Amino acid sequence: MTKRGLRGDLTRWLVSLPPTVFLLVFFLAPTLIMVTASFQNPGEFGGLAPLFAEGQARLTLETYRFFFGDWIYAEIFLRSFLVAGATTLICLIFAYPLALTIAASPKRHRDLLVLLVILPFASNFLIRVYAWIILLGPAGLLYTPIAVIAGMVYVHLPFMILPLYTNLEKHDPTLLEAAQDLGAGAWTRFWRVTWPLSLPGIWSGTALVFIPVLGMFAIPELLGGTGDILIGNLIKEQFLESRDWPLGSTLSLLLTLAVLALAALSAWAASPRRQRS
Amino acid sequence: MKHRTPWLWGAALAVYAFLYLPLAVVVIFSFNDSQLNAQWVGFTTRWYAKLFADGEMLHAAANSLAIALTAASVATVLGTMAGIAMQRWPTGVLRALPGLVLTPVAMPEILLGVSLLLFFREVLDLTLGLVSILVAHITFSIGFVAIIVRARLAGMDESIFEAARDLGASPWQTFRCVTLPLIAPGILAGFLMSFTLSIDDFVITFFVAGVGVTTLPLQIYSMIKVAVSPEVNAVSTLLMALTLTLIFIASRLAPDALKVKP
Repeated sequence: MTKRGLRGDLTRWLVSLPPTVFLLVFFLAPTLIMVTASFQNPGEFGGLAPLFAEGQARLTLETYRFFFGDWIYAEIFLRSFLVAGATTLICLIFAYPLALTIAASPKRHRDLLVLLVILPFASNFLIRVYAWIILLGPAGLLYTPIAVIAGMVYVHLPFMILPLYTNLEKHDPTLLEAAQDLGAGAWTRFWRVTWPLSLPGIWSGTALVFIPVLGMFAIPELLGGTGDILIGNLIKEQFLESRDWPLGSTLSLLLTLAVLALAALSAWAASPRRQRS
Repeated sequence: MKHRTPWLWGAALAVYAFLYLPLAVVVIFSFNDSQLNAQWVGFTTRWYAKLFADGEMLHAAANSLAIALTAASVATVLGTMAGIAMQRWPTGVLRALPGLVLTPVAMPEILLGVSLLLFFREVLDLTLGLVSILVAHITFSIGFVAIIVRARLAGMDESIFEAARDLGASPWQTFRCVTLPLIAPGILAGFLMSFTLSIDDFVITFFVAGVGVTTLPLQIYSMIKVAVSPEVNAVSTLLMALTLTLIFIASRLAPDALKVKP
Protein backbone atom coordinates (compact mmCIF):
# COMPACT_ATOMS: atom_id res chain seq x y z
CA MET A 1 0.00 0.00 0.00
CA THR A 2 1.26 3.47 -0.83
CA LYS A 3 1.93 5.99 1.88
CA ARG A 4 -1.02 8.07 0.79
CA GLY A 5 -3.32 5.05 0.81
CA LEU A 6 -2.22 4.19 4.33
CA ARG A 7 -2.78 7.75 5.43
CA GLY A 8 -6.20 7.77 3.78
CA ASP A 9 -7.12 4.63 5.68
CA LEU A 10 -5.98 6.16 8.93
CA THR A 11 -8.04 9.30 8.28
CA ARG A 12 -11.05 7.20 7.47
CA TRP A 13 -10.87 5.34 10.78
CA LEU A 14 -10.04 8.43 12.82
CA VAL A 15 -13.14 10.14 11.48
CA SER A 16 -15.61 7.28 11.51
CA LEU A 17 -14.62 5.35 14.64
CA PRO A 18 -15.60 7.80 17.41
CA PRO A 19 -19.26 8.22 16.38
CA THR A 20 -19.50 4.53 15.43
CA VAL A 21 -18.15 3.32 18.78
CA PHE A 22 -20.33 5.77 20.69
CA LEU A 23 -23.49 4.57 18.95
CA LEU A 24 -22.51 0.90 19.20
CA VAL A 25 -22.09 1.29 22.95
CA PHE A 26 -25.01 3.60 23.72
CA PHE A 27 -27.54 2.62 21.08
CA LEU A 28 -26.96 -0.88 19.73
CA ALA A 29 -25.76 -2.50 22.99
CA PRO A 30 -28.72 -1.16 25.04
CA THR A 31 -31.12 -2.40 22.36
CA LEU A 32 -29.56 -5.88 22.45
CA ILE A 33 -29.62 -5.89 26.24
CA MET A 34 -33.32 -5.16 26.07
CA VAL A 35 -33.71 -8.34 24.04
CA THR A 36 -31.93 -10.47 26.66
CA ALA A 37 -33.74 -8.70 29.48
CA SER A 38 -37.06 -9.79 28.03
CA PHE A 39 -36.02 -13.43 28.67
CA GLN A 40 -34.77 -12.81 32.21
CA ASN A 41 -36.51 -13.04 35.57
CA PRO A 42 -37.38 -9.87 37.46
CA GLY A 43 -35.07 -9.04 40.36
CA GLU A 44 -36.27 -9.26 43.91
CA PHE A 45 -36.21 -5.49 44.39
CA GLY A 46 -36.91 -4.43 40.82
CA GLY A 47 -34.43 -4.57 37.97
CA LEU A 48 -33.33 -7.94 36.66
CA ALA A 49 -32.41 -11.20 38.39
CA PRO A 50 -28.83 -12.28 37.61
CA LEU A 51 -28.46 -13.81 34.16
CA PHE A 52 -26.20 -16.56 35.51
CA ALA A 53 -26.76 -18.37 38.77
CA GLU A 54 -25.08 -21.58 39.95
CA GLY A 55 -23.25 -21.87 36.66
CA GLN A 56 -26.44 -21.87 34.64
CA ALA A 57 -28.05 -19.27 32.42
CA ARG A 58 -31.41 -18.29 33.85
CA LEU A 59 -33.61 -17.57 30.89
CA THR A 60 -37.36 -17.83 30.78
CA LEU A 61 -40.29 -17.30 28.46
CA GLU A 62 -42.40 -16.16 31.40
CA THR A 63 -42.97 -12.59 30.17
CA TYR A 64 -44.07 -13.80 26.75
CA ARG A 65 -46.42 -16.35 28.33
CA PHE A 66 -47.74 -13.54 30.48
CA PHE A 67 -48.25 -11.23 27.51
CA PHE A 68 -49.98 -13.76 25.30
CA GLY A 69 -51.94 -15.25 28.21
CA ASP A 70 -53.84 -12.10 29.09
CA TRP A 71 -56.26 -10.32 26.78
CA ILE A 72 -55.62 -6.98 28.43
CA TYR A 73 -52.25 -6.63 26.65
CA ALA A 74 -53.66 -7.46 23.23
CA GLU A 75 -56.42 -4.97 23.93
CA ILE A 76 -53.98 -2.19 24.79
CA PHE A 77 -51.89 -2.93 21.69
CA LEU A 78 -55.04 -2.90 19.57
CA ARG A 79 -56.19 0.37 21.15
CA SER A 80 -52.78 1.91 20.45
CA PHE A 81 -53.03 0.94 16.79
CA LEU A 82 -56.56 2.36 16.60
CA VAL A 83 -55.50 5.66 18.19
CA ALA A 84 -52.47 5.82 15.86
CA GLY A 85 -54.71 5.06 12.87
CA ALA A 86 -57.30 7.69 13.83
CA THR A 87 -54.56 10.26 14.47
CA THR A 88 -52.94 9.53 11.11
CA LEU A 89 -56.25 9.80 9.26
CA ILE A 90 -57.19 13.12 10.88
CA CYS A 91 -53.67 14.45 10.26
CA LEU A 92 -54.03 13.51 6.59
CA ILE A 93 -57.42 15.26 6.32
CA PHE A 94 -55.99 18.41 7.96
CA ALA A 95 -52.68 18.29 6.10
CA TYR A 96 -53.89 17.77 2.55
CA PRO A 97 -55.62 21.09 1.88
CA LEU A 98 -52.80 22.99 3.56
CA ALA A 99 -50.04 21.16 1.66
CA LEU A 100 -51.96 21.60 -1.58
CA THR A 101 -52.41 25.33 -0.94
CA ILE A 102 -48.70 25.84 -0.18
CA ALA A 103 -47.68 23.86 -3.26
CA ALA A 104 -50.09 25.92 -5.41
CA SER A 105 -48.95 29.31 -4.11
CA PRO A 106 -46.30 31.41 -5.90
CA LYS A 107 -42.75 30.12 -5.41
CA ARG A 108 -41.59 33.17 -3.48
CA HIS A 109 -44.19 32.62 -0.75
CA ARG A 110 -43.69 28.89 -0.29
CA ASP A 111 -40.70 28.97 2.09
CA LEU A 112 -42.51 31.38 4.38
CA LEU A 113 -45.67 29.28 4.37
CA VAL A 114 -43.64 26.16 5.23
CA LEU A 115 -41.83 28.03 8.00
CA LEU A 116 -45.23 28.97 9.44
CA VAL A 117 -45.99 25.23 9.70
CA ILE A 118 -42.68 24.45 11.43
CA LEU A 119 -42.68 27.34 13.95
CA PRO A 120 -45.40 26.18 16.37
CA PHE A 121 -43.91 22.72 16.19
CA ALA A 122 -40.61 24.10 17.48
CA SER A 123 -42.13 24.95 20.84
CA ASN A 124 -41.70 22.41 23.61
CA PHE A 125 -43.77 19.25 23.27
CA LEU A 126 -45.17 19.61 26.80
CA ILE A 127 -46.23 23.19 26.11
CA ARG A 128 -48.24 22.02 23.11
CA VAL A 129 -49.95 19.39 25.26
CA TYR A 130 -50.49 21.90 28.07
CA ALA A 131 -52.27 24.21 25.61
CA TRP A 132 -54.91 21.52 25.18
CA ILE A 133 -55.34 21.12 28.93
CA ILE A 134 -56.25 24.81 29.02
CA LEU A 135 -58.50 24.60 25.96
CA LEU A 136 -60.36 21.39 26.78
CA GLY A 137 -60.64 21.80 30.55
CA PRO A 138 -63.47 24.37 30.52
CA ALA A 139 -65.26 22.41 27.74
CA GLY A 140 -65.39 19.35 29.98
CA LEU A 141 -63.57 17.26 27.38
CA LEU A 142 -60.40 16.70 29.37
CA TYR A 143 -59.58 13.07 30.30
CA THR A 144 -61.55 11.63 27.36
CA PRO A 145 -60.41 9.74 24.24
CA ILE A 146 -61.28 12.87 22.23
CA ALA A 147 -58.72 14.86 24.23
CA VAL A 148 -56.07 12.19 23.57
CA ILE A 149 -56.70 12.25 19.81
CA ALA A 150 -56.77 16.07 19.75
CA GLY A 151 -53.39 16.21 21.50
CA MET A 152 -51.92 13.53 19.26
CA VAL A 153 -53.08 15.29 16.08
CA TYR A 154 -51.82 18.66 17.28
CA VAL A 155 -48.37 17.35 18.19
CA HIS A 156 -47.86 15.27 15.02
CA LEU A 157 -49.58 17.31 12.29
CA PRO A 158 -46.39 18.89 10.82
CA PHE A 159 -44.97 15.39 10.25
CA MET A 160 -47.80 14.82 7.76
CA ILE A 161 -47.84 18.30 6.20
CA LEU A 162 -44.12 18.45 5.35
CA PRO A 163 -43.64 15.18 3.39
CA LEU A 164 -46.97 15.74 1.66
CA TYR A 165 -45.96 19.25 0.59
CA THR A 166 -42.53 18.02 -0.54
CA ASN A 167 -44.30 15.53 -2.79
CA LEU A 168 -47.04 17.84 -4.11
CA GLU A 169 -44.55 20.56 -4.93
CA LYS A 170 -42.80 18.29 -7.44
CA HIS A 171 -45.94 17.53 -9.49
CA ASP A 172 -45.82 18.69 -13.09
CA PRO A 173 -48.60 21.30 -13.55
CA THR A 174 -48.96 20.38 -17.22
CA LEU A 175 -50.51 17.06 -16.18
CA LEU A 176 -53.46 18.88 -14.64
CA GLU A 177 -53.73 21.17 -17.65
CA ALA A 178 -53.76 18.15 -19.93
CA ALA A 179 -56.50 16.56 -17.79
CA GLN A 180 -58.49 19.78 -17.96
CA ASP A 181 -58.09 19.98 -21.75
CA LEU A 182 -59.38 16.45 -21.94
CA GLY A 183 -62.49 17.58 -20.13
CA ALA A 184 -61.82 16.36 -16.57
CA GLY A 185 -63.63 18.31 -13.86
CA ALA A 186 -61.94 19.58 -10.68
CA TRP A 187 -62.82 16.45 -8.69
CA THR A 188 -61.68 14.05 -11.43
CA ARG A 189 -58.43 15.99 -11.81
CA PHE A 190 -57.79 15.63 -8.12
CA TRP A 191 -58.85 12.01 -7.76
CA ARG A 192 -57.24 10.68 -10.96
CA VAL A 193 -54.07 12.81 -11.12
CA THR A 194 -53.02 14.55 -7.90
CA TRP A 195 -54.09 11.90 -5.37
CA PRO A 196 -52.36 8.88 -6.96
CA LEU A 197 -49.20 10.91 -7.54
CA SER A 198 -49.16 12.02 -3.91
CA LEU A 199 -49.29 8.49 -2.47
CA PRO A 200 -45.53 8.29 -1.74
CA GLY A 201 -45.82 11.52 0.27
CA ILE A 202 -48.84 10.17 2.12
CA TRP A 203 -46.98 6.99 2.99
CA SER A 204 -43.92 8.81 4.38
CA GLY A 205 -46.19 11.08 6.38
CA THR A 206 -48.13 8.09 7.68
CA ALA A 207 -44.93 6.47 8.95
CA LEU A 208 -43.81 9.72 10.59
CA VAL A 209 -47.13 10.11 12.44
CA PHE A 210 -48.16 6.51 13.15
CA ILE A 211 -44.84 5.35 14.63
CA PRO A 212 -44.33 8.03 17.31
CA VAL A 213 -48.02 7.90 18.30
CA LEU A 214 -47.64 4.16 19.01
CA GLY A 215 -44.96 4.83 21.63
CA MET A 216 -46.46 7.95 23.18
CA PHE A 217 -47.13 7.90 26.92
CA ALA A 218 -47.23 11.54 27.99
CA ILE A 219 -50.32 12.57 26.01
CA PRO A 220 -52.60 9.76 27.31
CA GLU A 221 -51.28 10.46 30.78
CA LEU A 222 -51.91 14.21 30.70
CA LEU A 223 -55.04 14.40 28.54
CA GLY A 224 -56.60 10.94 28.80
CA GLY A 225 -58.59 9.12 31.44
CA THR A 226 -57.68 5.87 33.15
CA GLY A 227 -59.17 3.87 30.29
CA ASP A 228 -57.09 5.58 27.62
CA ILE A 229 -53.69 4.04 28.35
CA LEU A 230 -51.57 2.91 25.39
CA ILE A 231 -48.49 0.72 24.87
CA GLY A 232 -46.24 3.60 25.95
CA ASN A 233 -48.01 3.91 29.30
CA LEU A 234 -47.78 0.17 29.82
CA ILE A 235 -44.02 0.23 29.19
CA LYS A 236 -43.50 3.23 31.43
CA GLU A 237 -45.49 1.52 34.19
CA GLN A 238 -43.30 -1.60 34.06
CA PHE A 239 -40.07 0.36 34.24
CA LEU A 240 -40.95 3.05 36.75
CA GLU A 241 -43.89 1.87 38.83
CA SER A 242 -44.41 -1.89 39.08
CA ARG A 243 -40.71 -2.34 38.29
CA ASP A 244 -41.12 -5.51 36.24
CA TRP A 245 -38.24 -4.81 33.86
CA PRO A 246 -38.39 -8.11 31.96
CA LEU A 247 -42.05 -7.51 31.09
CA GLY A 248 -41.23 -3.90 30.20
CA SER A 249 -38.47 -5.14 27.91
CA THR A 250 -40.79 -7.63 26.24
CA LEU A 251 -43.36 -4.90 25.61
CA SER A 252 -40.64 -2.58 24.25
CA LEU A 253 -39.34 -5.34 22.02
CA LEU A 254 -42.79 -6.06 20.60
CA LEU A 255 -43.24 -2.33 20.00
CA THR A 256 -39.85 -2.23 18.24
CA LEU A 257 -40.89 -5.11 15.99
CA ALA A 258 -44.20 -3.38 15.18
CA VAL A 259 -42.32 -0.18 14.36
CA LEU A 260 -39.79 -1.95 12.13
CA ALA A 261 -42.57 -3.78 10.28
CA LEU A 262 -44.47 -0.53 9.75
CA ALA A 263 -41.35 1.33 8.59
CA ALA A 264 -40.56 -1.44 6.10
CA LEU A 265 -44.17 -1.48 4.90
CA SER A 266 -44.31 2.28 4.35
CA ALA A 267 -40.90 2.32 2.64
CA TRP A 268 -42.14 -0.40 0.31
CA ALA A 269 -45.44 1.41 -0.32
CA ALA A 270 -43.67 4.72 -0.95
CA SER A 271 -41.00 3.33 -3.27
CA PRO A 272 -41.19 4.92 -6.71
CA ARG A 273 -40.62 1.55 -8.39
CA ARG A 274 -43.89 0.24 -7.04
CA GLN A 275 -45.71 3.42 -8.05
CA ARG A 276 -44.70 3.10 -11.67
CA SER A 277 -45.77 -0.50 -12.11
CA MET B 1 -50.43 23.02 -9.56
CA LYS B 2 -53.95 24.14 -10.25
CA HIS B 3 -56.31 23.27 -7.47
CA ARG B 4 -57.09 26.82 -6.51
CA THR B 5 -60.55 27.02 -5.14
CA PRO B 6 -61.73 29.39 -2.40
CA TRP B 7 -62.73 26.59 -0.05
CA LEU B 8 -59.23 25.16 -0.27
CA TRP B 9 -57.79 28.45 0.92
CA GLY B 10 -60.38 28.55 3.67
CA ALA B 11 -59.44 25.05 4.81
CA ALA B 12 -55.73 25.94 4.75
CA LEU B 13 -56.39 29.05 6.80
CA ALA B 14 -58.38 26.99 9.32
CA VAL B 15 -55.45 24.57 9.70
CA TYR B 16 -53.04 27.47 10.30
CA ALA B 17 -55.46 28.71 12.96
CA PHE B 18 -55.52 25.23 14.48
CA LEU B 19 -51.71 25.30 14.65
CA TYR B 20 -51.44 28.74 16.26
CA LEU B 21 -54.52 29.37 18.42
CA PRO B 22 -53.68 26.92 21.24
CA LEU B 23 -50.21 28.43 21.64
CA ALA B 24 -51.62 31.96 21.45
CA VAL B 25 -53.94 31.07 24.34
CA VAL B 26 -50.95 29.92 26.42
CA VAL B 27 -49.11 33.20 25.75
CA ILE B 28 -52.14 35.42 26.39
CA PHE B 29 -52.98 33.77 29.72
CA SER B 30 -49.39 34.18 30.89
CA PHE B 31 -50.23 37.90 31.22
CA ASN B 32 -53.63 37.32 32.80
CA ASP B 33 -54.23 38.60 36.31
CA SER B 34 -56.03 35.48 37.48
CA GLN B 35 -55.05 32.14 38.94
CA LEU B 36 -57.34 30.38 36.46
CA ASN B 37 -56.63 29.97 32.77
CA ALA B 38 -60.27 30.51 31.94
CA GLN B 39 -61.21 34.14 31.61
CA TRP B 40 -59.36 37.36 30.88
CA VAL B 41 -59.27 39.54 33.99
CA GLY B 42 -56.52 42.08 33.44
CA PHE B 43 -52.90 42.53 32.43
CA THR B 44 -50.12 41.53 34.81
CA THR B 45 -46.52 40.40 34.74
CA ARG B 46 -46.68 38.87 38.19
CA TRP B 47 -46.42 35.29 36.87
CA TYR B 48 -43.06 36.17 35.38
CA ALA B 49 -41.98 37.69 38.69
CA LYS B 50 -43.12 34.53 40.46
CA LEU B 51 -41.22 32.46 37.94
CA PHE B 52 -37.94 34.29 38.55
CA ALA B 53 -38.38 33.83 42.30
CA ASP B 54 -39.01 30.09 41.96
CA GLY B 55 -35.77 28.48 43.11
CA GLU B 56 -36.63 24.97 41.87
CA MET B 57 -37.55 26.27 38.44
CA LEU B 58 -34.35 28.33 38.14
CA HIS B 59 -32.29 25.36 39.25
CA ALA B 60 -33.97 23.15 36.65
CA ALA B 61 -33.38 25.80 34.00
CA ALA B 62 -29.68 26.01 34.91
CA ASN B 63 -29.40 22.21 34.67
CA SER B 64 -31.13 22.20 31.29
CA LEU B 65 -28.82 24.90 29.98
CA ALA B 66 -25.65 23.16 31.17
CA ILE B 67 -26.79 19.80 29.79
CA ALA B 68 -27.83 21.30 26.45
CA LEU B 69 -24.53 23.15 25.98
CA THR B 70 -22.41 20.09 26.80
CA ALA B 71 -24.54 17.55 24.94
CA ALA B 72 -24.79 19.77 21.87
CA SER B 73 -21.01 20.33 21.79
CA VAL B 74 -20.17 16.63 21.97
CA ALA B 75 -22.98 15.64 19.59
CA THR B 76 -21.83 18.26 17.09
CA VAL B 77 -18.30 16.84 16.98
CA LEU B 78 -19.46 13.21 16.74
CA GLY B 79 -22.33 14.03 14.37
CA THR B 80 -20.07 16.01 12.04
CA MET B 81 -17.65 13.06 11.92
CA ALA B 82 -20.54 10.70 11.19
CA GLY B 83 -21.92 13.01 8.49
CA ILE B 84 -18.52 13.25 6.77
CA ALA B 85 -17.98 9.49 7.03
CA MET B 86 -21.42 8.75 5.59
CA GLN B 87 -20.89 11.07 2.64
CA ARG B 88 -17.23 10.22 1.91
CA TRP B 89 -16.98 6.49 2.45
CA PRO B 90 -20.28 4.82 1.60
CA THR B 91 -18.50 1.49 1.02
CA GLY B 92 -17.17 -1.50 2.97
CA VAL B 93 -18.01 -1.86 6.66
CA LEU B 94 -19.07 1.77 6.75
CA ARG B 95 -22.06 0.96 4.56
CA ALA B 96 -23.79 0.07 7.84
CA LEU B 97 -23.06 3.49 9.36
CA PRO B 98 -26.16 5.35 8.09
CA GLY B 99 -28.38 2.66 9.63
CA LEU B 100 -26.62 3.02 12.98
CA VAL B 101 -26.73 6.82 12.87
CA LEU B 102 -30.27 7.30 11.59
CA THR B 103 -32.22 4.56 13.44
CA PRO B 104 -32.15 6.39 16.81
CA VAL B 105 -33.72 9.38 15.02
CA ALA B 106 -36.62 7.31 13.65
CA MET B 107 -37.39 5.18 16.73
CA PRO B 108 -40.13 6.19 19.18
CA GLU B 109 -38.28 8.04 21.94
CA ILE B 110 -39.58 5.80 24.69
CA LEU B 111 -37.61 2.85 23.29
CA LEU B 112 -34.31 4.74 23.49
CA GLY B 113 -35.26 5.91 26.99
CA VAL B 114 -36.01 2.49 28.49
CA SER B 115 -33.14 0.68 26.77
CA LEU B 116 -30.68 3.29 28.09
CA LEU B 117 -32.24 2.99 31.55
CA LEU B 118 -31.67 -0.78 31.42
CA PHE B 119 -28.12 -0.32 30.19
CA PHE B 120 -27.14 2.30 32.77
CA ARG B 121 -28.63 0.43 35.72
CA GLU B 122 -28.05 -3.22 34.85
CA VAL B 123 -24.81 -3.13 32.86
CA LEU B 124 -22.89 -0.04 33.96
CA ASP B 125 -24.45 0.13 37.45
CA LEU B 126 -24.39 3.90 37.08
CA THR B 127 -26.28 6.18 39.46
CA LEU B 128 -28.73 8.05 37.25
CA GLY B 129 -28.18 11.78 37.02
CA LEU B 130 -26.37 14.38 34.97
CA VAL B 131 -24.05 11.87 33.25
CA SER B 132 -26.83 9.52 32.15
CA ILE B 133 -28.89 12.46 30.85
CA LEU B 134 -25.88 13.79 28.93
CA VAL B 135 -25.09 10.46 27.30
CA ALA B 136 -28.74 9.99 26.32
CA HIS B 137 -28.98 13.47 24.79
CA ILE B 138 -25.76 12.99 22.82
CA THR B 139 -27.06 9.65 21.52
CA PHE B 140 -30.26 11.06 20.03
CA SER B 141 -28.62 14.26 18.72
CA ILE B 142 -25.79 12.70 16.69
CA GLY B 143 -28.14 11.60 13.91
CA PHE B 144 -29.66 15.07 13.45
CA VAL B 145 -26.24 16.75 13.19
CA ALA B 146 -25.06 14.04 10.78
CA ILE B 147 -28.08 14.57 8.51
CA ILE B 148 -27.49 18.34 8.32
CA VAL B 149 -23.72 18.03 7.74
CA ARG B 150 -24.16 15.32 5.12
CA ALA B 151 -26.76 17.43 3.28
CA ARG B 152 -24.28 20.31 3.23
CA LEU B 153 -21.45 18.08 1.92
CA ALA B 154 -23.67 16.41 -0.67
CA GLY B 155 -24.25 19.72 -2.40
CA MET B 156 -20.53 20.27 -2.94
CA ASP B 157 -18.30 19.79 -5.92
CA GLU B 158 -15.92 16.87 -5.22
CA SER B 159 -13.27 18.40 -7.45
CA ILE B 160 -12.34 21.11 -4.92
CA PHE B 161 -11.16 18.41 -2.51
CA GLU B 162 -9.23 16.71 -5.31
CA ALA B 163 -7.69 20.05 -6.25
CA ALA B 164 -6.49 20.56 -2.68
CA ARG B 165 -4.96 17.08 -2.65
CA ASP B 166 -3.30 17.59 -6.03
CA LEU B 167 -1.75 20.79 -4.73
CA GLY B 168 -0.09 18.71 -2.03
CA ALA B 169 -2.39 19.31 0.93
CA SER B 170 -2.45 16.59 3.56
CA PRO B 171 -5.87 15.18 4.54
CA TRP B 172 -5.77 17.31 7.68
CA GLN B 173 -4.86 20.46 5.72
CA THR B 174 -7.61 19.73 3.21
CA PHE B 175 -10.07 19.33 6.05
CA ARG B 176 -8.99 22.44 7.95
CA CYS B 177 -8.61 24.82 5.00
CA VAL B 178 -11.22 23.55 2.53
CA THR B 179 -13.83 21.23 4.02
CA LEU B 180 -14.31 22.86 7.42
CA PRO B 181 -14.94 26.42 6.20
CA LEU B 182 -17.40 25.08 3.63
CA ILE B 183 -19.44 22.97 6.05
CA ALA B 184 -19.15 25.41 8.99
CA PRO B 185 -22.70 26.80 8.59
CA GLY B 186 -24.03 23.22 8.59
CA ILE B 187 -22.06 22.41 11.73
CA LEU B 188 -23.42 25.49 13.47
CA ALA B 189 -26.97 24.70 12.42
CA GLY B 190 -26.41 21.16 13.73
CA PHE B 191 -25.20 22.55 17.05
CA LEU B 192 -28.27 24.77 17.41
CA MET B 193 -30.52 21.89 16.42
CA SER B 194 -29.07 19.54 19.05
CA PHE B 195 -29.11 22.34 21.62
CA THR B 196 -32.84 22.82 20.98
CA LEU B 197 -33.51 19.07 21.02
CA SER B 198 -31.65 18.67 24.30
CA ILE B 199 -33.24 21.61 26.11
CA ASP B 200 -36.70 20.46 24.92
CA ASP B 201 -36.37 16.73 25.53
CA PHE B 202 -38.84 15.25 27.94
CA VAL B 203 -39.45 11.57 27.15
CA ILE B 204 -35.90 10.21 27.18
CA THR B 205 -34.82 12.44 30.06
CA PHE B 206 -37.83 11.23 32.04
CA PHE B 207 -36.43 7.67 32.02
CA VAL B 208 -32.74 8.35 32.58
CA ALA B 209 -32.86 11.30 35.01
CA GLY B 210 -33.26 9.33 38.24
CA VAL B 211 -34.47 11.10 41.34
CA GLY B 212 -31.81 13.70 42.07
CA VAL B 213 -31.61 15.80 38.93
CA THR B 214 -34.40 17.74 37.30
CA THR B 215 -34.51 19.62 34.01
CA LEU B 216 -36.89 22.30 32.78
CA PRO B 217 -39.20 19.92 30.86
CA LEU B 218 -39.30 17.52 33.84
CA GLN B 219 -40.18 20.43 36.11
CA ILE B 220 -42.92 21.59 33.72
CA TYR B 221 -44.26 18.04 33.53
CA SER B 222 -44.53 17.66 37.28
CA MET B 223 -46.27 21.06 37.48
CA ILE B 224 -48.87 20.39 34.78
CA LYS B 225 -49.56 16.91 36.14
CA VAL B 226 -50.76 18.48 39.36
CA ALA B 227 -52.61 21.60 38.25
CA VAL B 228 -52.93 24.31 35.64
CA SER B 229 -50.97 27.39 36.71
CA PRO B 230 -50.21 30.65 34.93
CA GLU B 231 -46.59 30.20 36.01
CA VAL B 232 -46.40 27.34 33.49
CA ASN B 233 -47.79 29.71 30.84
CA ALA B 234 -45.02 32.18 31.68
CA VAL B 235 -42.21 29.64 31.45
CA SER B 236 -43.75 28.28 28.23
CA THR B 237 -43.83 31.74 26.70
CA LEU B 238 -40.17 32.35 27.57
CA LEU B 239 -39.16 28.94 26.17
CA MET B 240 -41.03 29.67 22.93
CA ALA B 241 -39.22 33.00 22.63
CA LEU B 242 -35.88 31.24 23.14
CA THR B 243 -36.62 28.55 20.53
CA LEU B 244 -37.81 31.16 18.02
CA THR B 245 -34.57 33.10 18.47
CA LEU B 246 -32.48 29.96 17.97
CA ILE B 247 -34.42 28.98 14.84
CA PHE B 248 -34.00 32.49 13.49
CA ILE B 249 -30.22 32.34 14.02
CA ALA B 250 -30.01 28.85 12.52
CA SER B 251 -31.99 29.87 9.45
CA ARG B 252 -29.64 32.83 8.92
CA LEU B 253 -26.55 30.60 9.23
CA ALA B 254 -27.62 27.76 7.01
CA PRO B 255 -30.71 28.69 4.99
CA ASP B 256 -30.59 25.48 2.95
CA ALA B 257 -29.92 23.08 5.85
CA LEU B 258 -33.29 23.80 7.43
CA LYS B 259 -35.28 24.03 4.25
CA VAL B 260 -37.52 21.15 3.22
CA LYS B 261 -35.82 19.86 0.11
CA PRO B 262 -38.19 19.21 -2.77
